[in-house]
Amino acid sequence: MKNFPLHCFLTIAALLAVAPQMLQAASAASAAPQVLPRYRFENFTTANGLPDNHVYSVLVDGDRIWAGTENGLGLYENGKWTTYTTKDGLAHRAVLSLALDKRTGDVWAGTMAGLSRVSGGRIDTYTQLNSGLSNDVVYSVSVEGENVWVATAAGACRLNIRTGQWTLYNERNTPMIEIWTYGVSATPTKVYYAVWGSGVLEYTQETGRWDKYEDPDGENEIVLFKDQGLIHEIVTSVSYVDNILWAATYFGASRYDGRYWHNFLTKDSGLPSNFTNTIKGVDAKRAWFGTDKGLAYYDGVNWAVYRPSLKDGKPEMTVRDAEGKVTPIAVTTAPAHNYVLGIDFQGDDIWVATAKGLSHGIRQKQ
Amino acid sequence: MSGRNQAGMRAKRAAELTPLAAASRAVALAFFVIALFPGRIVRADEHVNAAEDMNYASPLELLLSPNGARLYVLCQQSEEVRVLDAASFAVIKNIAVGRVPRGFSLSPDGARLFVTNSWDDTLSVIDTGTLAVAATWPVGAEPSSVVEDRGGKRLFVANRISNDVAVLDAQTGVEEKRLLAGRGSSYLTLSPDGSRIYGTHIYPNPPRVRTGLDNRTAPESEITVIDTARAVVVDRMPLHAIAGVFHVALSADGRLDAVAEYHPKNLVPLAHLEHGGAFEDTLTVFGADVGKPVEVPLDELERYAAMPFGVAIAPDKSLIYVTCGGSEMVTVIDAARLLHFIHAHPEPFARDLSASANYVVARIPVGRNPRGLALTRDGRRLFVANRLDDTISVIDTRSDRVASTIQLAGPKTVSVLRRGEQTFYTARYSFQGQIGCASCHIDSTFDGLTWDLEPDGFGRDIVDNKMLEGVKGTEPYKWNGGNPNLPTECGPRTEKYFWRSEQFDDLTLTDLVVYVRSLQPRPNRWKLPGREMTPAQERGQALFTRDVDKFGKPIPETNRCSYCHSGPKGTNQKIFDVGTQKPTDNSGLLKSAPLTAIALTAPYLHDGSARTLEEIWTVYNPEDRHGRTNDLTKDELNDLIEYLRTR
Repeated sequence: MKNFPLHCFLTIAALLAVAPQMLQAASAASAAPQVLPRYRFENFTTANGLPDNHVYSVLVDGDRIWAGTENGLGLYENGKWTTYTTKDGLAHRAVLSLALDKRTGDVWAGTMAGLSRVSGGRIDTYTQLNSGLSNDVVYSVSVEGENVWVATAAGACRLNIRTGQWTLYNERNTPMIEIWTYGVSATPTKVYYAVWGSGVLEYTQETGRWDKYEDPDGENEIVLFKDQGLIHEIVTSVSYVDNILWAATYFGASRYDGRYWHNFLTKDSGLPSNFTNTIKGVDAKRAWFGTDKGLAYYDGVNWAVYRPSLKDGKPEMTVRDAEGKVTPIAVTTAPAHNYVLGIDFQGDDIWVATAKGLSHGIRQKQ
Repeated sequence: MSGRNQAGMRAKRAAELTPLAAASRAVALAFFVIALFPGRIVRADEHVNAAEDMNYASPLELLLSPNGARLYVLCQQSEEVRVLDAASFAVIKNIAVGRVPRGFSLSPDGARLFVTNSWDDTLSVIDTGTLAVAATWPVGAEPSSVVEDRGGKRLFVANRISNDVAVLDAQTGVEEKRLLAGRGSSYLTLSPDGSRIYGTHIYPNPPRVRTGLDNRTAPESEITVIDTARAVVVDRMPLHAIAGVFHVALSADGRLDAVAEYHPKNLVPLAHLEHGGAFEDTLTVFGADVGKPVEVPLDELERYAAMPFGVAIAPDKSLIYVTCGGSEMVTVIDAARLLHFIHAHPEPFARDLSASANYVVARIPVGRNPRGLALTRDGRRLFVANRLDDTISVIDTRSDRVASTIQLAGPKTVSVLRRGEQTFYTARYSFQGQIGCASCHIDSTFDGLTWDLEPDGFGRDIVDNKMLEGVKGTEPYKWNGGNPNLPTECGPRTEKYFWRSEQFDDLTLTDLVVYVRSLQPRPNRWKLPGREMTPAQERGQALFTRDVDKFGKPIPETNRCSYCHSGPKGTNQKIFDVGTQKPTDNSGLLKSAPLTAIALTAPYLHDGSARTLEEIWTVYNPEDRHGRTNDLTKDELNDLIEYLRTR
């Protein structure tokens, strides 16, 4: 042992530690093209009733689909679209975010000019003038129990729908440096905020305490140590599932299990672009990514990308295995556009909000 | 809310008073009342006696047991359910419940009776076998109505203050969730097939646009339709221009449904009562037999149906019965003629005073302030609870006459308070009996509307209707402080501008004033027990009382919250101009408004232009004349509001 170099010891130890994963990866890699999900995409645009082709957000509510567009809130039900606008009480025509209160069926819509609650066809609107809402630009909303958590251009806030009390969170009572909150994911145990330029904020429901996760490299667009921490300060979206935090930034994406970070960049993963608008975890292992260059799926080892080809616009699906081998899969449909802003699941199907329409990915049997 | 909790509490205490003590109090009150009326001395001493503290029953709602053998009477003031033999009317048992009970219903099998106790936020569960309270469950803020689903799985409770319907486990009382309802959520009805619950509310929903001046809009209400199995709201039937929605009744086959409601004409000057009325008293009928929901008037010229409340539909759906609390009668509608009229005449006819002659077949005088009603299974007898004379009218539905009147046990003497409350709730004093105090002050509170009161032209001096609870000791009255005391407010002003009719005699006015002064604020649900406050409330209180702004600059005394809104009721009773005058206002001088129950009484400011407390400062205080607030951050303003809600 005396002559055995330390770095050799560490290398062997590391290899032993990752051996099971490598074996699994090798196995999954060989099966990747077969196991990754395939979809037939049906796309909705204004031509078939969508309120607007710029779709910021999508929400699945059983058989009903809500689409937050630049020109109203669309509801797809029984094969028809209904559009809600400011005339119906919607806070603003541009609907940036959507959340479902699964207990009551109420839908919360974050807009460019306030937060709206859609309940049984009635729309009530909260603004920074008529309520305790911190700012009218509502980038994200999430419902947990009787609390509605809101991410705005001027801080985070929480509305208790039982008491009507608003609680604001900003630089005065949290570690938030920037107050431009861009995404929120609320669960009974943790609430995570994606903060533009200020990393990820974590609120622990039990203690009421805030913590913060930042890019250890600061705001540099250089990753010195890849898995040292959050990939970047400019965080656009968060999703907390099965005790795993998934975070999207404009410079890559991150997965955090409470102890270790794992980051995803185009150069060493199947992520089609580091410019990641949205992220949605399926479980602790799997997640979907919405980027400016397509929709991506990660199953814990392999990646799939669904998009119109960047070269010719033709439908494209590619699979990248653990070894980095990329295999094209023959498909005839693709999401409406590469610029993906929203994702939601409907059983095995997926709904995707894009810059040029809403897409319904219908899972195909394989 | 009858606002009689205070009387109820006093009633309980009355049993502890000695006759001498009671007499002493009566004399003291008599001198006090006389002192109130320096220019209009009344013989209050003859009226005010020990009966002041009497424990009236005040029957509010009625239920028949499934086999028709028992009549359950919900007595609001004595705070009990009285169980009567439905044939002999003998008392089987009186069951004490919680404070100010407002609604009750039987489980589908009749084994349990649920009672909502509106002032202590509980639900009493009565075992109808033992006629004892089996459980008392905490529920939401001001529970007002309750129904159980057919399967006995869930209870649905309408909460008036939190504007929602709570969904509870029917066996444990544990709350599962709350569904957004209309503002002042109050009455629930289960459909005959058990698949739907129809909920109504007494205050109009918040307007989408600010209500001041040129953008005043008619009130909007709804019937909230709940899917019972899923316990979610699946529809909201809009009720346009309606403010004040009460009981829904559904026919046995569910095809003919009706809801009692107020249709205020608050966008035109109320001073013109004789030119068409201040309210339409209407039903909205809906269901498959009707088609699209239709609003139909109950009023007829000189025969108004003021303050419709309870509705019942005959088992064969031939007749619809509506209690009219202000007109002190039951209106009887021939359903076939009503449907024929609806189908033959295009809308709208809600304001057509000749319409009701086509389908109203009887107007049956009953007791004072009739409210709940119950129809026997064969439809031959209709029981009506006359809240303010402690009687139940038994109507023979074949002759449309009161066959008998059951006098509930209780005081035989009518106290000043009781007379005052009777005056408050009757429409007999107004021109053609169109309205009463309670038309606008629903359940002795407010109505959430702005009105155009004085004969100063259309759209001049629009005023928000005020809450009456805690009004004692906040003179002068009116928004501009123009009335020095309640006798002036309730007397000449009401008679001249509202009733357009006979004046109250002096004794009646005395009674009315004593009653209005007795109205105490309901329990504040934002207050923690004792003097404890939440951190936000504490921070808000510090802002309320501060004398230096955030820049260290002293705030002039007259521009501090705590100066104008001082004292226990939040008013120093002085006149100020806080910069809220609108071009249509004759003056910007206003009396500092009391803060009593401020969390409940939207809209705000003298003209109701602020839809929420926030808008008072975010929209209508640009120059800091309504207190120094523009130095506050948004979270500080939220703290201030959290404190105000405790007032």
